[in-house]
Amino acid sequence: MFYRENGQFKTSYAADQQIFPIAQDRIAILVILLLAFVVVPMSVSDYTFQAVLIPFLIMALAALGLNILVGYCGQISLGTGAFMAVGAYAAYNLQVRIEGMPLLLSLLGGGLCSMAFGVVFGLPSLRIRGLYLAVATLAAQFFMDWLASRAPWVTNNSSSGSVSAGQLSIGGWAIDTPAEKYLLCLGLLCVLGLLAKNLVRSATGRNWMAMRDMDVAASVIGIRPVYAKLSAFAVSSFIVGIAGALWGFVHLGAWEPAAFSLDRSFQLLFMIIIGGLGSIMGSLFGAAFFVLLPLVLTHVPHWLGLPLSTASATYIEHMIFGALIVFFLIVEPHGLARLWSTAKQKLRLWPFPH
Amino acid sequence: MFKKAALAAATAALGFGALVAAPAAMAQDQFVPLLVYRTGQFAPLGIPWADGKQDYLKLVNAKGGVNGVKISYEECETAYDTAKGVECYERLKNKDGGASGFDPQSTGITFAVSDKAPGDKRAIVTMGYGLSQSANGSVFEWNFPLLGNYWTAADSIIQDILKKEKGSLKGKKIALVYHDSPYGKEPIPLLQKRAAKEGFELMLLPVTAPGVEQKSTWLQVRQQRPDYVLLWSAGVMTPTAIREAQATNFARDKIYAIWWAGSDHDVKDIGAGAKGYNTVTIHNTAERDKVHDEVKTAVYDKGQGTASNATSVGAMAHTRGMVISMLQVEAIRTAQEKYGKGKVMSPEQVRWGLENLNLTQEKLNALGFGKILRPIQTSCSNHLGTDWSRIAQWDGAKWNVVSDWYQADKSMVEPLVKEYADKYAKEKNVKPRSCN
Amino acid sequence: MAFFLETLFGGLMVGMLYALVALGFVLIFKASGVFNFAQGAMVLFSALAMARFSEWIPQWLGMAPGMLGNLLAIIVALALMVVVAWLIERLALRHLVNQEPITLLMATLGIAYLLDGLGPLIFGSQVYSIDVGMPKDPIFILDGMFEGGLLVSQEDLYSAGIAALLVVCLALFFQKTKTGRALRAVADDHQAAQSIGIPLSRIWVIVWSVAGGVALVVGIIWGSKLGVQFSLSLVALKALPVVILGGLTSIPGAIVGGLIIGVGEKLSEVYIGPMVGGGIETWFAYGLALAFLLVRPQGLFGDKIIDRV
Repeated sequence: MFYRENGQFKTSYAADQQIFPIAQDRIAILVILLLAFVVVPMSVSDYTFQAVLIPFLIMALAALGLNILVGYCGQISLGTGAFMAVGAYAAYNLQVRIEGMPLLLSLLGGGLCSMAFGVVFGLPSLRIRGLYLAVATLAAQFFMDWLASRAPWVTNNSSSGSVSAGQLSIGGWAIDTPAEKYLLCLGLLCVLGLLAKNLVRSATGRNWMAMRDMDVAASVIGIRPVYAKLSAFAVSSFIVGIAGALWGFVHLGAWEPAAFSLDRSFQLLFMIIIGGLGSIMGSLFGAAFFVLLPLVLTHVPHWLGLPLSTASATYIEHMIFGALIVFFLIVEPHGLARLWSTAKQKLRLWPFPH
Repeated sequence: MFKKAALAAATAALGFGALVAAPAAMAQDQFVPLLVYRTGQFAPLGIPWADGKQDYLKLVNAKGGVNGVKISYEECETAYDTAKGVECYERLKNKDGGASGFDPQSTGITFAVSDKAPGDKRAIVTMGYGLSQSANGSVFEWNFPLLGNYWTAADSIIQDILKKEKGSLKGKKIALVYHDSPYGKEPIPLLQKRAAKEGFELMLLPVTAPGVEQKSTWLQVRQQRPDYVLLWSAGVMTPTAIREAQATNFARDKIYAIWWAGSDHDVKDIGAGAKGYNTVTIHNTAERDKVHDEVKTAVYDKGQGTASNATSVGAMAHTRGMVISMLQVEAIRTAQEKYGKGKVMSPEQVRWGLENLNLTQEKLNALGFGKILRPIQTSCSNHLGTDWSRIAQWDGAKWNVVSDWYQADKSMVEPLVKEYADKYAKEKNVKPRSCN
Repeated sequence: MAFFLETLFGGLMVGMLYALVALGFVLIFKASGVFNFAQGAMVLFSALAMARFSEWIPQWLGMAPGMLGNLLAIIVALALMVVVAWLIERLALRHLVNQEPITLLMATLGIAYLLDGLGPLIFGSQVYSIDVGMPKDPIFILDGMFEGGLLVSQEDLYSAGIAALLVVCLALFFQKTKTGRALRAVADDHQAAQSIGIPLSRIWVIVWSVAGGVALVVGIIWGSKLGVQFSLSLVALKALPVVILGGLTSIPGAIVGGLIIGVGEKLSEVYIGPMVGGGIETWFAYGLALAFLLVRPQGLFGDKIIDRV
């Protein structure tokens, strides 16, 4: 009853092609953005920023990047951790070696380096497909793990292999409180999210989806596989690289190569599968699920007053995590995004039966 | 139908969980956070270490606390992961009036947390690990690498080798088999300096974490035939190294391990196959003293022990844990001498206590650590205190102390500390305090 | 020359072990089309079970720990793996029939997390040792030809022998027995197999049990080498290049791939490693597999990928 688009007629092509054609959607998005940019920074505790919101935003960005590659273009990649690492270390090097380098330019530079790395390691996708490609991308992961530990120029000759980003600032605005870091991440997520959404709605996105569905047929009708697959790798690693730079600079502060290990790659893959492949909203849902679950699992024993040792708590958390993944995959293999769109469909009819 | 209800319940639980912020309680107890790893690749080391830390705090509470103030503690599992460690730090730093000192149990987490500590005003106690240059108290106001770091350890090992080689290492080869992480790389600057001075060749053999595959490493050892191997490993990498050494016929008594790679769990299962394996100990942590008996009677006999049984009391990793907790408690006691006996100390006051530790031999004897530690004194510029170490050797069934006391050569270590501390201060824009 | 041969032998023997792990992957993929990322977790779980039972059973029965205790522990651990296989099939796989490969992959990852948590929770997270009587000291062969002889690790030699024996047994099982034939039929075409009356779910339970048994053998061998601890599940990651090099659906491919990767890894680490600082083993193995794949995208012995447009 409230969600119908009765009376909303489009009078121009631009209006017809907008991202949110239904007025209620537009209002909802504006309200959410208002809440996110204005209300949240004023009302939420520091701990929630650092433990919940900032990781959520950065992981959502990374999941977004990975979703473009896996969900929209169908190339399974298990090397995302490496792309994040490249972004983080490249941004770090730009920041540290060039005096007075603006933060945003370092982040962009990190993204561009990650893009180059992604294209190089995406080249095998022109020949190898499916699960074979998935395992081949692990080569990228382990190679980067090794490079970050071994090559001194990557860590700016740090003897211990651990690097840290110093003070962050944009222009004169010093970013040191959690609320400010949150706003930085939120801003970048919104900009890159909009970029991604428009890309997938465009011809490039349609090429990707054609590659995913049936790449031989797509190349028969004239879509060049080289261009489609490599552009997917490029865009995806750009976004993932920026997310990696943010993860190192904003969330961790100081990091070593183990921060971008294989575990991270698997976690991102979980996020997009549970959130929903081939859906921008899905990346956000997946990231939220993934950030909130360990916190819930750590706090619940406290509330229930169960005296669990930390080791048992960790193992039970592992088990519940694994069980939930299998559960979600059985119940809704297309992820939370599908649940969301089903809910919206039902909402269009509510409260009427048909 | 069931599916939908279950999904709704799951999402609701998740949403609910997000809104929780732990409230700070009114503190009558002194809160000590315990960052531990009881899971993951380093669990064999982390479990006795964590047990030791907790057992000593229980002992202190059983004796009435610090001048009547009891210690409250909470364990937080990090699994040696930096992100989790940072999360634990953030969660516990403000709990119950403020955390009195963090022992992150990991060099990686120490790096991350050292950036935040000055801003949050929380002390980081890193006994025997962490940033080696943080011994310089004027740059590192909030870091306390007490009793020894990787540079002092490496130096002591080289001194013992020099003794074995009658004073000259010219033309010899020493290999460093190390865990490929900040932890494993720490001793390299000092070893390179020593190699330049003594004339030996240093071979670096990194092992990719977690170190289950070391066949090629030890084949290279066999090919290059170094005279000694220094092992900077932890967790499952250590027994793997010893087993591969056995499989490639490398004499175990030519292996010197850092203290984290020299504990009972590392060698017990290998038994006689590890005979001759050497490790350097922090002060004399291979020794048993009164405190072990006290923990047995006051904690384990009352069924309050943290480990599953009392046999782990006396294991080196457990003893080290107890020493860390003891130093923390003594810092609190020292702070109370100045700021008020019987009162709960704030984190800054505890930091002052850590900086002004003066544990004489009488005090150590009274605490039950007389045979294990030598007198410790910290100051504004010296956050390490006094570093002593000994070499212990496994004879197939137990550890025996086989050397005298060593102290790191100050002419080797101090210039390095100054150089790296200055570099750190420049990078991070830290203004060194003046200490006089 | 002597050292080169030592490295070569070492590589061949390790390669045999990798082939054994890869075999678990190939078995499950052939029969149910699922790429089982939980293989590593199964190795850890079965090894933990065997290690702990070999301690507990002598205690319960009041006998001294020894070969009999070990044997009983192996039997109990095997039974446990069969139960696990049945549970996985019942609770997870049955409901995920016909999903896309990536969904199945993720499901097995979820199962891996589950087993990774369940194992240490039930059996404990210390390092446990398995002692099946493998000799630990090396032997020296060919000391006529080379001075001092070539060093060969006895433990590795025995392990490689056991692995080879197991591979031969599995090959015979598949070729000569009725169940083996049924498994091959299911691997060829699920629907056709179903239509001639082969019970699919029972076959899947059998396959996962056999893979569980293979995991148990791998767990015992590696566990006896390294001690049973969490990192054992990472052994599976070392076997992935073997699987894709040999082809996801081929048993001889797993063996050949294993030997190639084993030798390539060790030779690269020992000869190329020092030039670039060391530690290149892992990614070199993947790089090697990748290089082979560029020439044959379906692996050396894998089924050719045919697309219908």
